[in-house]
Parts: sequence; structure tokens; C-alpha cells
Amino acid sequence: MTRFEPWSTERAAEIIRPRAHLDGAALPILHALQAAFGCVPREAVAMTAKALNLSRAEVHGAMTFYHDFRQAPPGRRVVKVCRAESCQAMGGEAAGAFLLAALGVGWGGTTADGAVTVEGVYCLGLCAVSPAALIDGEPLGRLDGMTLAEAARA
Amino acid sequence: MSRIFVPKDSAALAVGADAVAGAIVAEAARQGLAVEIVRTGSRGLFWLEPMVEVETGEGRVAYGPVTARDVAALFAADFLAGGPHPLRIGPPEDHPWLAGQTRITFARCGIVDPASLDDYRAGGGLAGLERAREIGPAAILEAMTLSGLRGRGGAGFPAGVKWNTVAEATGAPKYIVCNADEGDSGTFADRMIMEGDPFALIEGMAIAGLAVGAAKGFVYSRSEYPHANRAFTVAIEAARADGLLGAFELELRVGAGAYVCGEETALLESLEGRRGQVRAKPPLPAHKGLFGRPTVVNNVLTVATAPWILANGAEAYAALGVGRSRGTQPIQLAGNVKHPGLYEAPFGLTLGQLVMEIGGGTASDRPVKAVQCGGPLGAYFPPALFETVYDYEAFAARDGLIGHGGIVVFDDTVDMAAQARFAFEFCAIESCGKCTPCRIGSVRGAETVQKVIDGVDVAGNLALVEDLCHTLKFGSLCALGGFTPYPVMSAITHFPEDFGGRGEVPKSHSSL
Repeated sequence: MTRFEPWSTERAAEIIRPRAHLDGAALPILHALQAAFGCVPREAVAMTAKALNLSRAEVHGAMTFYHDFRQAPPGRRVVKVCRAESCQAMGGEAAGAFLLAALGVGWGGTTADGAVTVEGVYCLGLCAVSPAALIDGEPLGRLDGMTLAEAARA
Repeated sequence: MSRIFVPKDSAALAVGADAVAGAIVAEAARQGLAVEIVRTGSRGLFWLEPMVEVETGEGRVAYGPVTARDVAALFAADFLAGGPHPLRIGPPEDHPWLAGQTRITFARCGIVDPASLDDYRAGGGLAGLERAREIGPAAILEAMTLSGLRGRGGAGFPAGVKWNTVAEATGAPKYIVCNADEGDSGTFADRMIMEGDPFALIEGMAIAGLAVGAAKGFVYSRSEYPHANRAFTVAIEAARADGLLGAFELELRVGAGAYVCGEETALLESLEGRRGQVRAKPPLPAHKGLFGRPTVVNNVLTVATAPWILANGAEAYAALGVGRSRGTQPIQLAGNVKHPGLYEAPFGLTLGQLVMEIGGGTASDRPVKAVQCGGPLGAYFPPALFETVYDYEAFAARDGLIGHGGIVVFDDTVDMAAQARFAFEFCAIESCGKCTPCRIGSVRGAETVQKVIDGVDVAGNLALVEDLCHTLKFGSLCALGGFTPYPVMSAITHFPEDFGGRGEVPKSHSSL
């Protein structure tokens, strides 16, 4: 189950400091911030910009470009369902639709109880066991709507 | 002590490999048997995963697909000694699917412990780097050029030419960047190497650094590959601790879910910490790449093949293949196919052999309707084109591409108009937004295909789609916009019955 730390300026500074010297440090920093807090809060963007001597617009622009980075934390479990061609060929879209209906959410949505966030992704490299999903980072292959929904709620 | 090999490849994990390993340990403990579980990569026969192998006096014997529930019965059948059981496959090397392959890039994958440098050395690893150090940069470059190795990421540019360009470029420091942003659906070879034989990639990076005079390398992977990233991090640390890289520095970087970062200039922007927007070329990355310095950008498979070429000679590699496509291609069979997996073979098989004989046709046992080759930007081929030879030029002549070697099979339930719309939608979602044809054209394309599907002025709207594809192909900065016309136009050309039954090939498609 995904658990995140509460926002803390001190903690964010601890995360940013040892990475600020890296060549092209923005992505490693944003990843580390999101791993800790579940998202990249507005304050963290400003702190990252300051540490890297960039404008806030530059860091905000980079962060919002990438599908991964969130501005608000996700549900306690994140289910990434592959929607690319190989999984389409094996019924992945129907499985995804079943999951969304079972949870009562749309793509990118989080259940009302905050338990599960469902995201569509384009290829997990699990194409030889399509259809596939990543559930809190753990792979699930040869799935159908039922096994996917069970794993999402397990 | 019996040694048992259970894959840790993430596709094997996705179908229960961890549970199988756990069940084996538990059952062995219950019976008081001493077993050592070695977690390997995958051999690439994914319909047989989880595939468990045991070490016997006569070599390894494989069983699969094994579930945790089968484990007690396997022990009862004395599988530790290779005993008979309905899941027994026999010696994996004798399986026709493996016996028919020529494994060069994947020689060790699925066999060795990917975390063990001793295993890597025992499997012939590091011979290429040693040879490279003996012969020096000029001879390495010559070997790479002679081998005929072409970039396996998709563009097929000769690796030796690229390395030479960077070696001759002025400017320091120089960089080696490995493109491990394997975003094409139907491809997983880079992931398999990073999880199953990561030292091959590390060794290749060091050889590239030596050849062009670069002291630092980056491997740019994807956030969708958490297991590969962990396996590769373990391998980098082992290589560093061993000192085998010498002064060469190697760093793993992870993208953030942007398909376009698989395009080399967008990847460089991302590595520099910015939005992954493509750069106009020229200047080529070989002249002005990462941080404006001369940079080699090569795919995982390209880099991981360099050690074999150095160790075994450029001639041995060039002796394989057909025409200008030399060596082997790790082909990835996926989608609705009976035998999905990694099939490394010299160029020259036909598409039909790959799909019907090696792949075994569809998993659903229905007729094959379409095969998408080369990822989401690759063309859909109908069975009528199955005699097409698998090489770069033959595919280009059919308005298709090999790309990164993925083949996704669809049965006769697929709606090709929906696939054409998806190609535009995908382009719209993943467009970096820098050039207008891709950013706007993809959205308008999806809308226009929808009109065709809805039966609104079908002929007029198909003509509009074709015109739009022309603009995307010739007006886009990179392959995302430039190649989206391949899946769209191939769907319209080869499957007109799915587009309102117009039944005629667009006139100017031959110029696309």
C-alpha cells in the first residue's frame, strides 16, 4: 500500500540538497519529491527552482510536461493499466473498462474513499503477457476485468 | 544441494514467478531438502512462464508454465532430478523455439544470475571490453563499422558511423547516452536485457566510451520499468565495486512517462532537466548533443551487442543477416499470438514465418487480421504481405518499418478504423507540442477518423485524413508526428472495408 510523508519544508530540503549538484538535476529531484510526498507540491517547485537557479516557470513547465508528476497525492493504491496496442489486442480495453465501472471512476480518477487511483499508461513492457497492469509497482499479466478489479481492491 | 532457476523478469513476475519461488522454498523446507534458488532473467518463451529450470547431471531441465499449486506435484515427480511430469519441457536449449534462434545479444539472458559478475564472466562477459582495451579506439571503431551493426532503437543508423562522428568531433567532455526509453507497445527487449543481463549493457557503455573518448555515460530508462531500474542499479554498483569500468562513470536516469523522450533529442532535453521537447536537427547529437557536447545516443540493444562484436570479431557478426541488414535482430512477438516472446534471429525471415510458424498464429485461434510492426508508429500489415522479408529495406519498401523489433498480432475482431483513430489519439497524448503538424494534426486526425466511423462524408473525410497524413509526414520535426501516418494510412490502405467500405487505395499513398 502506498504511504506518503506529510509535507515538510525541512524534509523537502533534505531531498533536494544532495541531488542539486547532478547534471540536469530537475527530474531526479522531482522523482524523489514525488516518491516521498506522493506528488510535487507547489512549494516544492519553488524550492527546486531556487536550488537549481532556475525560474519557477521552468521547473513548473518541466514538471507538468511529464505524465508521471502529480500536483496532488493519489489514492492509497495506484493501478496503472496498459492501454497500448499489444494489450488492446488481448482485450485490455474491456478489462480496463470493467475496472473503472467496478470502482466508479474514470481514467486518472480516484475512488471516493481515496483507496484506489486508476491511470492509463502506454506500455509496461509486459506485452508478452498482455493484458497487463502495474499495481503499486508490481506487475500483473494475463489479466481480465475480474482479476484486475480484485487486485486493485485486495 | 539442488540449484533451481526461477525467472525474476518482470513479465514472469506478472504471472506469478515470486509465488512459485516461494512455494518451492516452502516445499523443500517441508521435505527437508536443501535447494538454492537462483533468480534469473527470462529465456523469452513467455507462454511457458513462469518457467522453472533445475540443474541435473545432464544439464538444465525446464518445466512450465508452473503455478505455485503445481509445486508439490513437481517435487512428487522428482523434478529435482529432471523427472517426468506433464509440465516437463526438457532441456531448454533443445526446445525448437530456442534451438531455432541465434542468440548473440541475448546469449546469457535467462541463464545467468543478473546480479552476479562471476556468472557474467563465466558466460563470456568482459572479453569484449578486454579486447577493446588491447586494440584501442581506432580499431574498435573499425570493428563497429565492419560489423554493419545498425541502431536497434528503430532508425537503423549504422552504429560505426555514429561512433566515428563523435570520435572525430571536437569538444569535451563527450558523452555516451543509452536510450532505454523503450516506449513502443509490443517491445520489451531492452527491459529483458536490463533485468536479465545488465552487465552486457554496462560493458557496451564502457566500450563506447573508450572508442569515442567519453568518460561519462547515462542510461535513460523509464518509470514504467521499476524492476529493470532496480536490477540495473544493482549491476552498476557491482561493476563500480569491482572497478571494471575504470575511470568511466555511469549513471541511470529515469524518465517520467513521456513517450516522446524515446526520440533522441527529446531524451537529451529531458536528461538536461527540461521538458522533453524535440530539437531541430542539425546540429546532430553526434556534434552537439548532451549539454551541447558530442554525444553517442544508442539503444540498449545496440550498446549491448558491441561486447559480442569486439569479443568475436566484426566479420562473425557481419556474416549473419541479409542485404544491408547485418547480424541478428531480437524480435519481440506480442499481442494476440500463441507464442509471445523474444526471438533473436539473423535478418531474413519472412513476416509470415515469424507470425504463423514461430508465433504459432493467434492465441484466440481466430484468423490473423493485422500485424503492427515497429510499435505505435509502425504500419499494420495484412496477411497478404506476409512474404515480406524481415529487413530494414524490405519493410521500408512496403511503407513499413522494423523499428525496435516489435510485432503485435491482432485477430479478426479488431476494428482497423478504431486502430487508425487510436494512432492519432496516441500522437495527440504524447506530442511534445513543439511543431504544429503533430500537435494540432493529431487532434484533428482523430476527429476526422471519428467522422469516417460515424459515416459522415466518408470519401471527403478520408481524403482529408490522407492530406493531413501528408502534412504530418513531411512537416513534423520528429518521428512521432512524422510516422503516425504509417499506422493510419496502412490501416486505410489494407483494410478499406473497415472505413465505410470505400474499397479503394488512396491514390497518393505510394508517395507517403
